[in-house]
Amino acid sequence: MTIQINKPELKDKIVELIRLTSTDLPQDIIEALEKARDVEDKDSRAQNVFTMILQNIERSKTKSTPICQDTGTNIYYVHYPVGVSTIEITKLIEEATVEATEKAYLRPNTVDSLTGKNTGNNIGTLAPYIHFEEWEKEEIEIKLMLKGGGCENVSGQYKLPDTKLGAGRDLNGVYKIIIDAVNNAQGLGCAPGIIGVGIGGDRTTSMITAKEQLFRKLPDSNDNPELNTLENKLVKNLNELGIGPMGFGGKTTVLGVKMGHLHRLPASFFVSIAYMCWAHRRKTLTLKNGNYEFI
Amino acid sequence: MINIQLPITEQEIRKLKIGDEVLITGIMVTARDAAHKFLIDEEPEEYKEILRDTFIYHCGPVVKKDDAGNWEFVAAGPTTSIREEPYEATIIKNYSVKGVIGKGGMGDKTLAALKEHGAVYLHAIGGLATILAESVVKVTNVTMLDELGVPEAFWEIDVKDFPAVVTMDSHGNSLHKTVKASSDEKMKELLSRE
Repeated sequence: MTIQINKPELKDKIVELIRLTSTDLPQDIIEALEKARDVEDKDSRAQNVFTMILQNIERSKTKSTPICQDTGTNIYYVHYPVGVSTIEITKLIEEATVEATEKAYLRPNTVDSLTGKNTGNNIGTLAPYIHFEEWEKEEIEIKLMLKGGGCENVSGQYKLPDTKLGAGRDLNGVYKIIIDAVNNAQGLGCAPGIIGVGIGGDRTTSMITAKEQLFRKLPDSNDNPELNTLENKLVKNLNELGIGPMGFGGKTTVLGVKMGHLHRLPASFFVSIAYMCWAHRRKTLTLKNGNYEFI
Repeated sequence: MINIQLPITEQEIRKLKIGDEVLITGIMVTARDAAHKFLIDEEPEEYKEILRDTFIYHCGPVVKKDDAGNWEFVAAGPTTSIREEPYEATIIKNYSVKGVIGKGGMGDKTLAALKEHGAVYLHAIGGLATILAESVVKVTNVTMLDELGVPEAFWEIDVKDFPAVVTMDSHGNSLHKTVKASSDEKMKELLSRE
């Protein structure tokens, strides 16, 4: 059975997905920011920053303007049933991207690395970035994440063992790396950040895994009990660094730590850090039985 | 909250200290990577008038034209400043810039220039794009738009109550250094627990 797609309609829904992702921050992130505001001392610099951030979130939603002017890399994860053409879906996503850029939901963010010229419409090589996965449901699910350049620049990849950190090839070593990465980032990734971690893999799959963690909801738990414990321990200890919002000093340095693991080569042990800023913009569009839903 | 009016004098600037929360009113100019390189490579004289006694804002905005054809700022949060470190001290000196607004702070070369010439670094809040755009009352001019594109052009903006925090003052102090020194120590302690 092939799912029926009304192409112009789906394209319009994807434009709406982009608009919502750019202008409407997810509830779990808002709640984490409210909590962070409330633990700071009254009228402290840190609390004032969180208050302004929350005001901005509300204004952006009301005005339908980007929460942050860096609308970043557009990362799509698409799950689709047998029979759906990924070439067609790609075309629709690209059309929607161009339209969303014209409507100022997205900033023109795609620069030719050789000429320095901005394409003006957010279309380029692997831009937007679309990951396709076929599944057995009779449903199309399109997830979108916008990840800005500031936090991308403080993301990175480490190797274990790390002599400087005294980190060995074990979870303790992974822990030390994450502390180092978040400390080095200071406020540059627009702290408080959400830290996606990929343990293992090759250079590519390690980082992909780290970024995929960022699709997880903040209050969720890790299926792996050891990683779950480590995630909670890291949030607590990273907040002790006292870096605070924007690196101004404060009690909240991270809003969450989410870790994924995969197999690796015997010779290589990579730990990838995908640092996401507090403006963690992600939304999902589903098409099932002719009905669209935004989550 | 301290109210700052642009254009501003060195005397007023030297009163500011790290940690001061300010609200900025007046005309300032955006400039980021390509604009900084242009100012250093070409040394254009016309920017002396535009930049004197005001602030540079490290920002690549999202803009739109209204029905009357006037430019409007839609989203205007700061970009990471450290990329301009190779250029900023020279620009502060040659163009009499009194302040630099951005994100994440700058290095020792800029810190020294702030002290020598009487300027400050102000940290705007990353991701406050809508509120910061709303503080732009009017876009008074834009230059190098065709050459550099929207995010990289020199946008001259008339702002009202633009919020920022002084994180590097004209006396050699940096909030970034004090926060880092403290977190470095905490990190040592955390790692030694294991």
